[in-house]
Amino acid sequence: MKQRSVRRVWREAWSAMVAALLMMALAVGPISIAPAWGQAKGVEPPYFAIKGAKIVTVSGGVIENGTVVVANGLITAVGADAKIPPEAWVIDGKGLTVYPGLIDAFTDVGLPAAPAAPAGGAPGAGAPVVQQAAAQQRLSQGPEDRPGTTPWRNAADELQPGERRVEQWRNAGFTTVLSAPKTGIFPGQGAVIDLAGERPGEMVVKTPATLHITLQQPGGFAGFPGSLFGVIAYIKQIFLDAAQARTADEIYSANPKGIERPDYDRATAVINAALRANRPVFFPATTSAQILRALNLNEQLKVNMVLYHVQNAYEPTAASAIAAKKVPVLVSLKWPEKETGGDPEADELLRTLRFRANAPSTPAALEKAGVKFAFYSDGITNPKDILKNAKKSIDAGLKADSALRAFTLGAAEILGVADRLGSIETGKIANLVVTTGDIFNDRTQVKYVFVDGRRFDVKEQAPPAPAGVPGAAPARMAGRWSLTVNTPDGAQPVTADLAQAADGTLSGSITTAFGNSTVSKGSVTGNQFTFTFVLDVGQGPSDWVVSGTIEGNTMKGTVSGIGQVFDFTGTRAGPGSSAAEEVGR
Amino acid sequence: MKTKSATKSQSHRGRSMMAKTLHPFVALALIASMLPEPMAAQQGANVTLIQNGTILTATKGTMQKGSILIRDGKIAEVGANVKAPAGATVIDATGMYVTPGLIDCHSHIAAEGNINEGSIAVSSMVAIADVLDPDDIDIYRELAGGTTTSNVLHGSANPIGGLNQVIKHRWGKDAKGLIFEGAPPGIKFALGENPKRSNFTPQPGQQRRYPNTRMGVMDVIRQAFIDAREYKKTWDSYNKRVAAGEKNVIPPRRDLKLEPLVEILEGKRYVHSHGYRSDELRQLLLLAEEFGFRVRTLQHVLEGYKIAKEMAKHGVGGSTFSDWWSYKNEAYDAIPYNAAIMTKYGVVVSINSDSAEEARHLNQEAAKTMKYGGMSETEALKMVTINPAIQLGIDKRVGSIEVGKDADLVIWDKHPLSIYAVAQKSLIDGTVYFDRKKDIEHRAEVEKEKKALMDKEKSAAPQRQSPPGKAPGTEGAPQRERRRPPVTNDGGAR
Repeated sequence: MKQRSVRRVWREAWSAMVAALLMMALAVGPISIAPAWGQAKGVEPPYFAIKGAKIVTVSGGVIENGTVVVANGLITAVGADAKIPPEAWVIDGKGLTVYPGLIDAFTDVGLPAAPAAPAGGAPGAGAPVVQQAAAQQRLSQGPEDRPGTTPWRNAADELQPGERRVEQWRNAGFTTVLSAPKTGIFPGQGAVIDLAGERPGEMVVKTPATLHITLQQPGGFAGFPGSLFGVIAYIKQIFLDAAQARTADEIYSANPKGIERPDYDRATAVINAALRANRPVFFPATTSAQILRALNLNEQLKVNMVLYHVQNAYEPTAASAIAAKKVPVLVSLKWPEKETGGDPEADELLRTLRFRANAPSTPAALEKAGVKFAFYSDGITNPKDILKNAKKSIDAGLKADSALRAFTLGAAEILGVADRLGSIETGKIANLVVTTGDIFNDRTQVKYVFVDGRRFDVKEQAPPAPAGVPGAAPARMAGRWSLTVNTPDGAQPVTADLAQAADGTLSGSITTAFGNSTVSKGSVTGNQFTFTFVLDVGQGPSDWVVSGTIEGNTMKGTVSGIGQVFDFTGTRAGPGSSAAEEVGR
Repeated sequence: MKTKSATKSQSHRGRSMMAKTLHPFVALALIASMLPEPMAAQQGANVTLIQNGTILTATKGTMQKGSILIRDGKIAEVGANVKAPAGATVIDATGMYVTPGLIDCHSHIAAEGNINEGSIAVSSMVAIADVLDPDDIDIYRELAGGTTTSNVLHGSANPIGGLNQVIKHRWGKDAKGLIFEGAPPGIKFALGENPKRSNFTPQPGQQRRYPNTRMGVMDVIRQAFIDAREYKKTWDSYNKRVAAGEKNVIPPRRDLKLEPLVEILEGKRYVHSHGYRSDELRQLLLLAEEFGFRVRTLQHVLEGYKIAKEMAKHGVGGSTFSDWWSYKNEAYDAIPYNAAIMTKYGVVVSINSDSAEEARHLNQEAAKTMKYGGMSETEALKMVTINPAIQLGIDKRVGSIEVGKDADLVIWDKHPLSIYAVAQKSLIDGTVYFDRKKDIEHRAEVEKEKKALMDKEKSAAPQRQSPPGKAPGTEGAPQRERRRPPVTNDGGAR
């Protein structure tokens, strides 16, 4: 945490906000908006005390009737009779429970929805799209082409404070996440970030925090690697190359005269830096066979491995093998589900049935085996499901204390930030969740979230918009729609020419003041719809997601993109162009 | 070439002769797929006596009413009057037949993911050992057909493919537990239609990969060995400088693609090459001689009968099919007498499966060489036991019933070269990994647990409607008809 006075933080935030507004006005033209929470909150004092609450410190037990004092973004006192400074804003904690802020140990929250992954060796973000596309078309012919390898990408450099999930996750009690790029074999490095701030730099707690490896196969038959063993061979080769580069570098820098200069390789340079720092290296494994395979591979790689996507450790061989290697584990809370749309009568293997039934007992098995583990959301889209799914592990035998630890101190330990996060202790960052009761009880509500000592009131969530009745026919959306998007600089007219297939899939075109675009990922369920279009409003092409509800010939909802969200309303102006209608039939 | 179909249980050749015998196997395998635990109840018993069976040793003739004593996983005694020591587990084989565990010299089971790294022409950096899948049900299904050892190979998309792994079918063990410890390492090569990608239609955005001709295939192999020689030279020179006490020498890069090729040049790695036509097979043998190594086996080798003399001279083994032909352009000149003719010229010949289905009745495949070519019972049995063991360099350990060898044994109810024979027990290292009786008894338990789990899931979730357009029950039924699987984008290269 930055040791700055909150007043200074505010002054900086304010001037940054003004500057940002000016810049946006210049660059974007009519679309610009003030950061959401800056608007929502008045200026509050830098001192808080939550008094008379149940305090679950995680590191030092539970204080049934205690006080937490927060100053300048840090916890300054905690205890049954902690002294409250006179200038503190006192919150009556009667009936409330205070937990450390929850940590989602592996996400891409805070990163743009579809980050353009530059191909190996290509220029970084900001390069002309055409150039990137050309680089991607050059097929990888082997490990030397460094396929899917961008370890230099760093989540901290790509953060968007206004990304919609930042607020969603925070409202669900998450104050901190590990955010990391996800595309490629070496997608990049992760950063531990706090979920509040106007500028990316303010959010970052630790960077780079982690190095990431996946077993994605970018090539298929079109480029190396196109198989699982191809990816594994590549990983082995690049680690050998990194070791060679290290040796070559040592020898050459000690004695450059008369020695042929070794080549510079950005990929191995970054990997070597991560290895030198003994940074956690994330590696995926789900089944027992995959877990053992990963541990076996690490006999060669010898990295500070963290296994993620583990869900099968209820099989005793897996849990004990992990324990023997003292490798920490991230358990995916996206539990396996029966595939929808399949034949419900189809015969399934006992192994598959057991996997679905037993996956939530993985954390209990890991705990019993003495494995350090944490939870992560793994693509769960509604953050409320994260705790709900963790509850299934408690129902399957995990102690509630251990589940909480997996979301707090356990995660902080794995991510290397336990010295500043993960428990309610004096001197740690003031990330707190204040709830109306047990955090794993689904009736419990989050009242306040403190991030870096800043208070966020979590409003009672509006009941979800009436969902489409499952199986009900999707509303008819085909036609030409006149939309009005409300931006802080006034209403923007947008025209959408939509066609709709029988299953609710949407297609069509979009006309705006910034240019035209086509609709993708469009769908209608009941009276709810969503679609995406790509538009350059002055910051490069980005995804804009439109979602909302339809009533007869009117619709309303939100448009979100480049970290901002705008309301819109619309009316059906006509039957739409003939081409679009044709698709609709 | 054969194609591993999506279900891994169909062969694509459209033959129907096996349909009747196959039926119980299919049922068995379906049930086995639900087995929770390995059938290894007798694991840990370190002394076992199989008594009173007809023992087909493969190398030492046949013994009526013989017994085999197994101690610590090895065959300790074979004879008419072997007695069980106190505490030994006794398996009564009265009226039954005992053979060595069958060995499949060409398999693609037990590997996770694509078995072809088809993106590049030389993929010697990839290794089956890295993707072994101990949960592949084919391991168990084949065990139920008497196969206890398999040579798991990379596919045939590349002139030089990936590294193989010889495994034992130790169902229930982890990946390391499958590995045939001490088996010499090998590699897959491929010639002809598959590596030149004859059946491969590039998808939009894909490029055609070099080579496109048989000439190109040979060029790729030759160039790879030239590169490997260069690579070895670089390392030799580095090692020499370091040995001479020179300081500050930067080591060369280790290249996982070229290291195995250097091992081939040094005679430390076996080449198992897929190929059909005699001209290109011969070319490969000459190329190997040019570079100073021997090819270990020619796989498929359907025109082997045309170059049997040359094969014997080179010392290469032939691992072929029993009676498959004309399923592709380069398989038109095949004859079912191939195995017999190669044998008569002194080539070590094995019959392989290249198919998870075929590997469940290798005994029947071997028996066909008696009909086509007049092989004796022993010669036929050798084609799926000691001969593939020799080809894989594991004949000191397996392939025959001899004192000191691994107790990898199969007990059959009828003569194993009869089409009516069904494997009753399969042992590896003296442990029973498949027991037909226990398997059958176990099926009800499996069904019960499945039903309980499904009911629990159904009660937890709202009942889903059956998707329209499907008659109930049609999807779950096993597909018994033999038909060509859809062409996949790997060109079916196995």
